Amino acid sequence: MRFAVLQFGGSNCDRDALHVLQDVCGVDTDLVWYKDGLQRKYDGIILPGGFSYGDYLRAGAIATRTPVMKDVIRHAEAGGLVLGICNGAQIGAESGLIPGVFTINEYPKFICEDVYLRVENNTSPFTSLYSEGEVIRIPIAHKEGRYVASPEDLRVLLENNRIAFRFCDENGNVNQESNPNGTAANITGVLGENDNVLVMMPHPERASEDVLGSSDGKKVFDSMIAYIESQ
Amino acid sequence: MKFNVKITISLKGGMLDPEARAIQHALSNLGFETESLSTARLFEIALEAADEQEANAKAAEMCERLLANPVIHSYTIEVAGQ
Repeated sequence: MRFAVLQFGGSNCDRDALHVLQDVCGVDTDLVWYKDGLQRKYDGIILPGGFSYGDYLRAGAIATRTPVMKDVIRHAEAGGLVLGICNGAQIGAESGLIPGVFTINEYPKFICEDVYLRVENNTSPFTSLYSEGEVIRIPIAHKEGRYVASPEDLRVLLENNRIAFRFCDENGNVNQESNPNGTAANITGVLGENDNVLVMMPHPERASEDVLGSSDGKKVFDSMIAYIESQ
Repeated sequence: MKFNVKITISLKGGMLDPEARAIQHALSNLGFETESLSTARLFEIALEAADEQEANAKAAEMCERLLANPVIHSYTIEVAGQ
């Protein structure tokens, strides 16, 4: 089993993802500079957080147009796992791996804080080790994390159970008070059409060890590993 | 021929524009009351094309493939000869 963590100019959570996969989960993982392309077959690809290309134009817009993303899309189309975290989520949306877009927060400031998420779907390769409705604590750190999609796309996502995570309060209530950025229907984790893509604004890699205050995010990586082992 | 192309990218009608809201609030603090305010982004591009129609088509493709995100943006293109 081998994972790749892509590095774009401006990625800054790449080494955190590498550390969790390699040192905490014990999986062989390569850091792959975007210009090098995907030189081999990987079981899982991580699009890490950061500020690729300074968020110029729109967050994720420029990274999305690099040739390596064609490799990533091919990998996803072939059923391979792709996890986009924060800037990686923005890249995933810009790439069309999920519908919609992550755009500037309702209050246009950078938010960096721990939030609660409710696991909406525990049948995906990224969430199978959670229970449905489980409340987890994971940090967010973004200025462009408000999910926007057309009413039709939202309907399709909801009807097909493609919402992985929603912001909630510590008791699991999904409401306006627990929505930090104005995102549509508190949505902050969206699955691709075939469940082998997950994009999420919160940072599971920053909550994968108890020493960091929460290890609630580790099950995202453990779920991916369990899924790959089961194939 | 060389053409000067102006592309304006704006949010589609009804889309929340947090930056515009903050700017409107700041103007209000300065004593300027405004009925509405929206922001847009202007790209000025010089390019080579056979005619105005081709310049327009190139600009539209730039919008579709990079400059705009069709989920939230609309765009206008103005082409002028140099």
